[in-house]
Amino acid sequence: MYPPVFDYVRAGSIEEALDLVNERGGKFLAGGHSLLPVMKMRLADPGLLVDIGRVDGLRGISRKGEYYTVGALTTHAEVAAVDDGGFPAALLEAAGMIGDPQVRNRGTVGGNVAHADPASDLPPVFAALGATMVVASNRGKGRGAMQTREIAATEFFTGLFETALADDELLVSVNVSAEGPGVGSAYAKLYNKASRYAAVGVCARLAVGADGACTSCTVAVGGLVPNATVLTDVGAGMLGRPVDSQTIAAAARVAAAAELDVMSDIHASARYRRQMLPVFVARALTSAGERSHLGASGPDTGASR
Amino acid sequence: MSTYIGKSMKRVEDPRFVQGKGRYVANLALPGMIHVAVKRSPFAHARIASIDGSAAEALDGVIAVYTGQDLLDSGVGSLPCGFTPPGIKTPPHHPLAVDKVRHVGDGVAVVVAEDPYVAEDAVDLIRVDYEPLAAVVDARKAMDDGAPLVHDDVEQNLSFHWPLGDADATAHAIESADHVVQLEFSNQRLIPNAMEPRACAAQWDGSTESMTVWTTSQNPHTIRLLLGAFTLGIPEHKLRVISPDVGGGFGSKIFHYAEEVIVPWVARAVGRPAKWVASRSEAFITDAHGRDHVTRAELAVTQDGTFTGLRVTTWANMGAYLSTFAPLIPTALYITLLSGLYKIPAIFGEAYGTMTNTVPVDAYRGAGRPEASYLVETLVDLAARDLGMDPIELRRKNLIAADEFPYQTPVALAYDSGDYQRLFDKAEELSEYGRLRRQQEEARAAGRLVGIGFSGCIEASGPAPSAVAVGLGAAIGLYESGVVRVHPTGKVVVLTGSHSHGQGHETTFAQIVADELGVPIDDVEVVHGDTDRTPYGVGTYGSRSAAIGGSALVKSAEKIRAKLTELAAHLVEASVEDMVYDRETGTISVQGSPETALGFAQLAFALTTADNLPEGMEPGLEATSFYDPANFTFPCSAHVAQVEIDRDTGEVTVVSYAAVDDVGNVVNPMIVEGQILGGIAQGVGQALWEHGMYDDSGQLLAGSMMDYAMPRADGFPPIAVDRIETPSPHNPLGIKGAGEMGTIAGTATISSAVLDALAPLGIRYLEMPLTAEKIHDAIVAATEGGGA
Repeated sequence: MYPPVFDYVRAGSIEEALDLVNERGGKFLAGGHSLLPVMKMRLADPGLLVDIGRVDGLRGISRKGEYYTVGALTTHAEVAAVDDGGFPAALLEAAGMIGDPQVRNRGTVGGNVAHADPASDLPPVFAALGATMVVASNRGKGRGAMQTREIAATEFFTGLFETALADDELLVSVNVSAEGPGVGSAYAKLYNKASRYAAVGVCARLAVGADGACTSCTVAVGGLVPNATVLTDVGAGMLGRPVDSQTIAAAARVAAAAELDVMSDIHASARYRRQMLPVFVARALTSAGERSHLGASGPDTGASR
Repeated sequence: MSTYIGKSMKRVEDPRFVQGKGRYVANLALPGMIHVAVKRSPFAHARIASIDGSAAEALDGVIAVYTGQDLLDSGVGSLPCGFTPPGIKTPPHHPLAVDKVRHVGDGVAVVVAEDPYVAEDAVDLIRVDYEPLAAVVDARKAMDDGAPLVHDDVEQNLSFHWPLGDADATAHAIESADHVVQLEFSNQRLIPNAMEPRACAAQWDGSTESMTVWTTSQNPHTIRLLLGAFTLGIPEHKLRVISPDVGGGFGSKIFHYAEEVIVPWVARAVGRPAKWVASRSEAFITDAHGRDHVTRAELAVTQDGTFTGLRVTTWANMGAYLSTFAPLIPTALYITLLSGLYKIPAIFGEAYGTMTNTVPVDAYRGAGRPEASYLVETLVDLAARDLGMDPIELRRKNLIAADEFPYQTPVALAYDSGDYQRLFDKAEELSEYGRLRRQQEEARAAGRLVGIGFSGCIEASGPAPSAVAVGLGAAIGLYESGVVRVHPTGKVVVLTGSHSHGQGHETTFAQIVADELGVPIDDVEVVHGDTDRTPYGVGTYGSRSAAIGGSALVKSAEKIRAKLTELAAHLVEASVEDMVYDRETGTISVQGSPETALGFAQLAFALTTADNLPEGMEPGLEATSFYDPANFTFPCSAHVAQVEIDRDTGEVTVVSYAAVDDVGNVVNPMIVEGQILGGIAQGVGQALWEHGMYDDSGQLLAGSMMDYAMPRADGFPPIAVDRIETPSPHNPLGIKGAGEMGTIAGTATISSAVLDALAPLGIRYLEMPLTAEKIHDAIVAATEGGGA
């Protein structure tokens, strides 16, 4: 497993990284857990790797008011270890279900979402959480400068391994809303037993009012479709209803009927994935519902797989 | 009496392994070393119209490009098959394909370059013009009329047909039976995936015209023999083969592989040391695979549950070429084990070995015996269900009794020893079988799919008595060598023909020799894996090392003790018969006169000064033995597992697992427990996850870790391990061998548990691997059909 010849430059700043890729082409290298394997299998030949691994300010999680900012270089293990009541439970849970400890210790949030593997766990989570991707470029600013723009997660994942990120842009962080009392989120996943990616991955985020009725709900799926997709009808069907087993069963039925381009492979046929969709929608909604009643105490399971 | 045998000594190998100080072939760096990469076929079956290496040769850093024709023209021979029963067709297997390619991964050319990166780049520049041909991948369909022929001169793709047993008596038993359990199924292909990929390096010494080959082999002497006599054409006395630290084999590193011919050939052609290291992707398409049977079986039983006959027909997939021991696996290691732990008066089994456009299939941990035990145990479970009997009670009714050993089965083998009822007792006790069944009743009442699996498995280990092995078709005897060399100061070096690639021989063999001689274990060094240091040996597979290799060392230690005893008698002027060798202290004294004691090192030194030896005694202290076993040994097991199936998804969770094994006497319980646990993991891997799946065109669909589901630690509960010991009478240590029992039992046990969980739904049988989708489909079909 030897990759084709490539140049390697370690960038000292976001601006330098942007300049290098703009002027010389190539790809940004973060944890290398998606890019390096495809290079070694000679499925990618970027010519230049711009290593952003030591750029200041891209790593770590901080809270600003109602938002958490997750730096692009934050590892999955760091996300899974967050100990802060308001941090989105589904993100905490999903990060702990990625790969294995070695992968979680090296793989990064930014690399994961920029690679946009259809079976990846984080894309449906960010889509359901209404996250915003912050991307930098030096468009119109020239060398040594940069500007940022924001892309909604629901707009970010555009296709199989495709995102709204342009070649001259670098993902710098993801912003997600904090979860307070009455809000719950959860991620449920059918594992591909070989790769540990999701054959079906479902994230649900919902809020309930004082009367117990659902006031907002977003359900997004990954794994079975080319890119993370929000099941609009499923979320809409929950509104105004109590988050109980009947409501969730109804939502699962809506999910089962969703028009989706469901993928098939040796691990799970399209038929089986379709059958599993309502199961995991129900599981994610049930868990999110339980967490909304618990307030912001976070998930009780899920970080050990 | 023993100081070390029976103790869980920490492995002396481990400090270097856990500190990254292991010395593997891939670590070898010699001055001027060049790197070999192989161009491999993307087609399962195609004629090679032309090969153009010019663009590759033109790349900076490329030294040469060679094709199969270059090797053939220089006299390189075909990779031989070492097990050839009568009538077998053994098609040629060139190290690089010449006329056509026969499986995805078949080598067609090699690049030799200054570094491995350039070599890989150049491989992409070789242009091969293929004319694709229709492929065949299924062992049984390979014999169909009109199936593509993998080798033109192997009609019907049939390499061999191997029948064993009394066909008429078995047919009569089945025709006259109260009840016959029938089953047709495939035992899926597995891909071994040892942690260390294969590698080979070689250095040619032009001054002495001798070659040194470093290779990831379980049996370096066998590789030297085959290189010398068949493939490379360098005489054996000019060949040295070294297998240094090897990171796991599980059978896949027994065989003589093409790269072991190519790399030394290149080293000599170019005149520089050469190296090739497989990538994981290459491992998937070049390491011999395992299992892959299609089988039809019938078990005859009386109404009261007595087995009366078993008839089995198996189509065994050999792949594109016959790997070194491939035909042995579905024959003498499979059909012969069909009696299981039971008295079955009539058995007939036959195997058709067929050629297909897939990676060659050969021994993989268990090798034939897991297939046999899975088959027998699955049929027995079905019989129990059909007869409404508890599966353990049905088994107990048919077990060979403890006083019936040696027990001659109807399929050639004579079992050595055992106490199967006691084995079962202990398994029921360890697993709390009664409690498990009560829990299951409660769970079923609550609508949960909880299953309890049980298996009683048999293995023939410690291959093999040479006369038997050669009589069955083996090309070599299967004894083992062992040298005990005592240095002047009493320090001991042990040379063994066995090879350790994870088994811990450096520890266990030192335990054996230290006890035999009465010396501290730290005074014993074990050397293996170098044909220039150790005498000709057979190597490590078939759970044979402790039983055969260990016994050779016992024989040599006996010779050392005898010589020292004679010397001591001479020095104290007593008669040999009056001397006592104290194996705890390593001293020899006149019986009842401890003041006459002479120490081990003292006596060893006396043989070095050699000035006062008995009449006729030679100086020096060294003994060599070649131990040929009297029979196979027969380890056995009783395992119990509890699983729960998620009704909504079909996913299986292993809830509990209890393993009781009889591997005879045990040298190091910790190491044996590790063997059992690792074996179970691999066995469960077959039951639930692993599948070396091909599509109809011969593309390997599970060709990477992204697609081939290996067992992982989090798929297992804590496993309870216990054992009984019925020593084998066939070797001086009473050892039966522990390397494969877990794998054999793990597969049968978990399959049994899953099918038990699904039984209330009316689901009778599902093939392995028991994936979530397969189980879910069955649940849906059963419940929609009104089954539950």
